[in-house]
Amino acid sequence: MADRFMGGIDCDVHPSVPGVSALLPYLDEYWREMVAIRGIDEFNSILYPAASPMTCRADWRPTQGKPASTLELVRAQALDPFGSSIAIANCLYGIQLLFSEDMAAAFARAVNTWMAREWLDLEPRLRASIIVPTQNVEMAVDEIERWAGDSRFVQVLLLAMGDHPLGRRQYWPIYAAAERHGLAIGIHAGSSYHNPPTPIGWPSFYTEDYAGQANAFQSQLTSLICEGVFSKFPALKVVLLESGFTWLPAHMWRLNKFWRGLRMEVPWVDRAPMEIVRSNVRLSLRPVDGPPDSDGLLRLLDHMQSDDLLLFSTDYPHWQFEGTEAMPAAIPADLARKMMIDNPLATYARLQAPAGAAAECVVPRCGDAN
Amino acid sequence: MNVQTRPQDRSASPARSAMAIADCDIHPVLPSVTALYPYMTQQWRSYLETYGTSLRQGHQSGVNPYPKAQPNAARRDAWPPGGGAPGTDLDFIRSQHLDAHNIVLGICNPLTPSGQGLLNPGLSAAMCRANNEWQLHSLVTPEPRLRASIVVPYEATEAAVAEIRRYAGNPAFVQVLLLGRTADLLGKSAYRPIFRAAVEAGLPVAIHAFGYSGQPITGSGWPSFYIEEMIGHAQAAQAQLISMVMEGLFEELPDLKVIMVEAGFAWLPSLAWRLDTTWEKLRDETPHLTMRPSDYIRRHVWLTTQPMEEPEPRAHLRDTMNWIGMDRLLFATDYPHWDFDDPAQAMPLNLTPEERDAFFIGNARALYRQG
Repeated sequence: MADRFMGGIDCDVHPSVPGVSALLPYLDEYWREMVAIRGIDEFNSILYPAASPMTCRADWRPTQGKPASTLELVRAQALDPFGSSIAIANCLYGIQLLFSEDMAAAFARAVNTWMAREWLDLEPRLRASIIVPTQNVEMAVDEIERWAGDSRFVQVLLLAMGDHPLGRRQYWPIYAAAERHGLAIGIHAGSSYHNPPTPIGWPSFYTEDYAGQANAFQSQLTSLICEGVFSKFPALKVVLLESGFTWLPAHMWRLNKFWRGLRMEVPWVDRAPMEIVRSNVRLSLRPVDGPPDSDGLLRLLDHMQSDDLLLFSTDYPHWQFEGTEAMPAAIPADLARKMMIDNPLATYARLQAPAGAAAECVVPRCGDAN
Repeated sequence: MNVQTRPQDRSASPARSAMAIADCDIHPVLPSVTALYPYMTQQWRSYLETYGTSLRQGHQSGVNPYPKAQPNAARRDAWPPGGGAPGTDLDFIRSQHLDAHNIVLGICNPLTPSGQGLLNPGLSAAMCRANNEWQLHSLVTPEPRLRASIVVPYEATEAAVAEIRRYAGNPAFVQVLLLGRTADLLGKSAYRPIFRAAVEAGLPVAIHAFGYSGQPITGSGWPSFYIEEMIGHAQAAQAQLISMVMEGLFEELPDLKVIMVEAGFAWLPSLAWRLDTTWEKLRDETPHLTMRPSDYIRRHVWLTTQPMEEPEPRAHLRDTMNWIGMDRLLFATDYPHWDFDDPAQAMPLNLTPEERDAFFIGNARALYRQG
């Protein structure tokens, strides 16, 4: 089965920041001092408890240090075994959880710089997402502009839950910048935890939080469509990452039905919501929350009514499958190929850019901040 | 819905074929809040008139901060010819709805101003009590096709339990009614006595969409539009089910039956699969569970059908119903609300006569133990 993956594009891998100390070279003097004086040591989110089996597959867990925290690990465990020609690094570090927008902006910039220097400069198969301080839209746009010239950054990364639904107009400058620069918007599982992660309140168990992430994606898709984001930015591509996808058909049936009944409230939504999804929204493959039988999964894929929607992903190092069986065996070969190559290339305009385009950009040097 | 968006074909109308129907979500409405007064003390009548019915949202007396798309969220043709608001005239409910669609069993789910979810727990209990008496005397006694729900003040656990015990054994009441957006997740221990009391009374617990939890209806804050709130009830219902399963509610109460009302149903298979795949990796976190989450859902959960999802092609819905189980779906219209599902058109799928019978009435009769 593994040979099915050779040359594929893995749209969701998670190199991890070893610790705040790894970012020190990329912080300015003030924030380096603050890290020391205030004893700031970690920003890890509760969505991935350090020792949870979901956070890192057992055979990928290093004997010491964080999972996926070195290039050697990512090469040996993800890039090589899956034969990926390209992998998109979505760094999950709890910067979006902070309440100080200044601190968030400083650390987002540090993570992006760290990513460029210590990963992208060294490994030509890697691409990355720009981490932005969603706490302040102006600062988020500044961060996008800072990296827009570097074609190795292929999307802007947001979390599935923040302070406000992502369709809200206050976020539109982020989408304008992304569309302007040919960057996709990636929305990844996760939360700022500035709101309870369910519509009813805080759950007792981690299992509830993780399972409930799919509901957050449903709400965000509702918001993006109903607020008119895709009417305003028709070229924008939004990719839902680690979202699950089996909920999509039922959610769109419901959204289509209510849109028919209530479209007077959102007159700028001038196409059926499912049509908007087909043209503007993509979802990563893993996790596959599907029926246990192959026939059921094929029926579910038929409900998706398009071969263009899914993008291959391993979600490395999160535990979503065993061995190298990232692509479910039930998926037909032609669809597997679309997910692995054609769909990612059609979604991420920047993957078509010539290799080495990084030379055009100005990567900030240590001490350049501010 | 008011707006007809697909061609009409009434040839398959159950009404025409005289098929008997159970409607598991009907909303009779108080003609006026004063209809509750015979069943309330002077103290609470006075409180109600002075301070109103404040909820976990900012507008007075249950006015929704997302204004509905129609007055009273009602069908435009549901205003009784003799005056009053939709749902207030029993004779008109009979002629427009029960008779017209051959509904032989109708489950009443009173909504605002039912007293549920009020900030003042004493007022909440007093109004819920009065709503139950009103249902008994003004709906079920004069109209034998109707059955009542025990409306409980779910944020005041002891009073809610007392209300269930008051009507346990009374055949007019066939379920306990909660609203979907409670102040905290329903699996949590604070609500457990309500579910225990329902099981003791041999009654299912219906969780009807809507209400005000005080929390944003998305995990990412408040959306802008009514349409988003309406869509969001499906996410709220999923959050409640996740909580009920993972907290061990169904493990503790193997005889509990829960009905998710007016939150859609097509989302259930994906949720069950996701809970299974997540739980399989993390099961040491919830050692109190002895079965897969999907097993609890299959054993304990029923869903009403309105607003029925409408895929194109509609045959996809049949897959979804099979995944849920055809014996777990309860037909409902939501009369007199605007997004009413007409029994003549809501189910244009090829069902066997047995499946059709189960869908439109058999499942409800079995669940509610009616004939």
